[in-house]
Amino acid sequence: MNRHLLSAADLSRDDALLVLDTAEEMAQVADRPIKKLPTLRGRTVVNLFFEDSTRTRTSFELAAKRLSADVINFSAKGSSVSKGESLKDTALTLEAMGADAVVVRHWASGAPHRLAHWIRGSVLNAGDGTHEHPTQALLDAFTMRQRLGRLEGLNVGIVGDVLHSRVARSNVLLLHTLGADVTVVAPPTLLPVGVDAWPCAVSFDLDGVLPKCDVVMMLRVQRERMHGGFFPTTREYSRRYGLDARRLAMLPDDAIVMHPGPMNRGVEIAAEVADGVRSTIVEQVANGVSVRMAVLYLLLGGDLSAGSEDVA
Amino acid sequence: MSGSWAIRGVRPLGGEPADLFIDNGELVDEEPAGAEVIDAAGLIALPGLVDLHTHLREPGREDAETVETGTAAAALGGFTAVHAMANTDPVADVAGVVEQVWRLGQDAGHCDVHPVGAVTVGLRGEHLAELGAMADSAARVRIFSDDGHCVHDPLLMRRALEYVRAFDGVIAQHAQDPRLTDGAQMNEGEQSARLGLAGWPAVAEEAVIARDCLLAAHVGGRVHFCHVSTAGSVELIRWAKGKGWNVTAEVTPHHLFLTDDVVSTYDPVFKVNPPLRTAEDVAALRAAVLDGTIDAIATDHAPHALEDKETEWAAAAFGMTGLETALPVVVAALLETGALDDAQLWPLVADRMSSRPAAIGRLSGHGQPLLPGAPANLVLVDPAATWTVDPARGASRGRNTPFAGRTLPARIVATFLRGRPTALDGKVA
Ligand SMILES: [Zn+2]
Repeated sequence: MNRHLLSAADLSRDDALLVLDTAEEMAQVADRPIKKLPTLRGRTVVNLFFEDSTRTRTSFELAAKRLSADVINFSAKGSSVSKGESLKDTALTLEAMGADAVVVRHWASGAPHRLAHWIRGSVLNAGDGTHEHPTQALLDAFTMRQRLGRLEGLNVGIVGDVLHSRVARSNVLLLHTLGADVTVVAPPTLLPVGVDAWPCAVSFDLDGVLPKCDVVMMLRVQRERMHGGFFPTTREYSRRYGLDARRLAMLPDDAIVMHPGPMNRGVEIAAEVADGVRSTIVEQVANGVSVRMAVLYLLLGGDLSAGSEDVA
Repeated sequence: MSGSWAIRGVRPLGGEPADLFIDNGELVDEEPAGAEVIDAAGLIALPGLVDLHTHLREPGREDAETVETGTAAAALGGFTAVHAMANTDPVADVAGVVEQVWRLGQDAGHCDVHPVGAVTVGLRGEHLAELGAMADSAARVRIFSDDGHCVHDPLLMRRALEYVRAFDGVIAQHAQDPRLTDGAQMNEGEQSARLGLAGWPAVAEEAVIARDCLLAAHVGGRVHFCHVSTAGSVELIRWAKGKGWNVTAEVTPHHLFLTDDVVSTYDPVFKVNPPLRTAEDVAALRAAVLDGTIDAIATDHAPHALEDKETEWAAAAFGMTGLETALPVVVAALLETGALDDAQLWPLVADRMSSRPAAIGRLSGHGQPLLPGAPANLVLVDPAATWTVDPARGASRGRNTPFAGRTLPARIVATFLRGRPTALDGKVA
């Protein structure tokens, strides 16, 4: 593994499988009465959040604490206004504090790359702008493997605002690495120019893609996009790209429905679909902790054999 | 005061070795008595370089650059004249400000500073600035530009192109459709898709260039395109020139040398407007320099304070320094084409970096052939030397060079402004 996890492209196939296998062992810890491992005792993990995300922050916090790391939460919200300097200043502060790992969520694409340039500890991208969110992709892959037993050869449809989605970018890269066949589905306005170079297929037609999907992953449509002229109305978007009961019935029998959350019920996903038996949305949250434990553990110098010992 | 010089064994425009003599600020045909001798064996002499596009930042952002530091950098880079862009604070949109900048240039004395006047009041794109007053001022402005902003309103652009005909002015357009580039961060294409940065599509430049070629033709005005960056723009300009229209264009050294691949580090030193483009664009721009579709190479020297660059990509300022690296980067880029031998290279460099930009700016004292009677504005270049770019060692206040650490060919040995050395052996004279 690299020292940092900035992009899903940083992970080789072996790296990615190591994370998923390690996460499986970490998941067993959650079933024990004492959900804690001594593995990262004395190490400092900083959660540096320039953007609100209680879900992701608490997931990382729980992961670090279960590994007995010291956790410091740095919330730098509002820094998008006082832009600029704050990131470097913060980096220098963290460097002085001797942070072993910095988990960073930032509104700007590439901010974790800059941070990695300024500090010695490991930088873990917890979502940067419209770029990537590699641990989300890892937990999604983990969930797929858990539900469907494999990743190789799976047909995965990723549907929605691909243009602005860091979840989509990381998933396309990681799933390709792991041998799945990905199709991104969106109105043409919500696909980036240059998407043809991605290792996936592209479609504008959700109904055409659904019948062959083992997994359909619905992306959140951000409120500001609804008014950004990317599509005429929310109603038309839902009609053409929303997952409702009719479309659910088009999926193969054992297909699953994923969503990285938070959901816009009634926009990209109907409530009965979100709460249905095929939905993995609750598991995704639980798996997030295991996967993040695995990543922290591996980035901070663990290896599989030592890991097995600790976990066993 | 300007002294007399004998430059021995120099190769004017890379030709056969000859002696050049300077007396009283002019080139003369006989060696003046008591001339100071420079052994210039192996060096190339070119007319002093002329930059059509320089941001000197004064007045307003003296922390980023001043006329003094910016023109010192110009002298080190071989320039004897620069055109100072109007996007200062206050904006150079009235005679008072352009005269102030012009005088600051005179006082600094490192090179001639020709202020560019704003096209519209405050660069706001709403009302024409007093173009005539700036033209008639001591600064004798001939180039007008809202650079940093596009003159986007087609009617306003038409009026500007028409109006400046009265004093042989030219509108230098920063071609960027604002709606198509709202929030844009880098070239729109494979890299922006991968990096998750908002795209700046080529069409946003090309659409404005196409429109303005047609407007210039319609009103018989003169349009110049700043920092042309795409293969499509080159095609449009080639087409307009083929029609015989009064269209000229410049390209920057960085657009001739770098592609958007470098953005993958998210280092804002590579953030510039227009953005770095693809390898196909770079190849088209180089070809356009070779065939003359692009008239001039202009630096778009844009120094920034450190805190405006040491940030997240999206928060960083657009722009790169360029005066001190321009000629070496251009030489490197042109040599990479493999299309030029030594005898072709230097006349081409002289034409695109001195003669043609001087002609576009209507500067009679610059860009002249190195012949007796011409003002002694010239630069001596060591074509065999290589050097490594160290941002900390430049005269510019800006440290934001995208070429840091690169080894480049061709070193500027000396620059003469009307017979007086302004740079000697890599130091400001
Ligand atoms: Zn410009």
